Amino acid sequence: MSLLDVFTVIMTASGLFFFFAGSIGIVRFPDVFCRLHALTKVDNLSLGLIMIGVLPHAASIFDALQIIIIWLLVMVSGAVSCYLVANQAEEDLSTDAAVQPNALDDVPMKRSIKPTINSSAGSTNNGI
Amino acid sequence: MIEYLSVIVGLIVLALLVGLGRVLLGPSSADRMLASQLFSTAGVSILILLAIIQNQSALINVALVLALLAPLTLITFIRLRKKSL
Repeated sequence: MSLLDVFTVIMTASGLFFFFAGSIGIVRFPDVFCRLHALTKVDNLSLGLIMIGVLPHAASIFDALQIIIIWLLVMVSGAVSCYLVANQAEEDLSTDAAVQPNALDDVPMKRSIKPTINSSAGSTNNGI
Repeated sequence: MIEYLSVIVGLIVLALLVGLGRVLLGPSSADRMLASQLFSTAGVSILILLAIIQNQSALINVALVLALLAPLTLITFIRLRKKSL
């Protein structure tokens, strides 16, 4: 087992750890904003670690360059789209979802967020 | 090394199955779209790992296309929700 193989094993294993952390966070976190936090960790860290770990085994220098470009693309697009989702969720939080029910939601987004703010002791979420 | 990377691919699929729980639970459609973003990221990493395992550079191009198409789903979702636009 060469040194590069050890590098690959360490990097992909830590990337896998962040994958599990992100997916468990998406299932267990209370509201949309916390889930966005968990999701962006997956986008940036775990994909980047797996790609860095795989880079020494790429067939050619062009493949390695393309892998790096994909990583940069996923980071930029993930940041933009998660910002849009957070913006929309905040807008839904401020407007009254009971007056204007959204046709796309089977449950209005406000009802999914509000109980968690009330139930969290000390409620650090009030500044949203 | 090939066997190790194959195990990594299997475990990423397992993490995806855990994330599938959020699609089932909901409650709002934004939560489900976040799960789809997780799916696209996992799909890109699975495709790149498969490109290394099978020694096929074409799969990297597939991963690039998937990474390009993934933000379009979320942008379309946001545009549909904004009725004023």
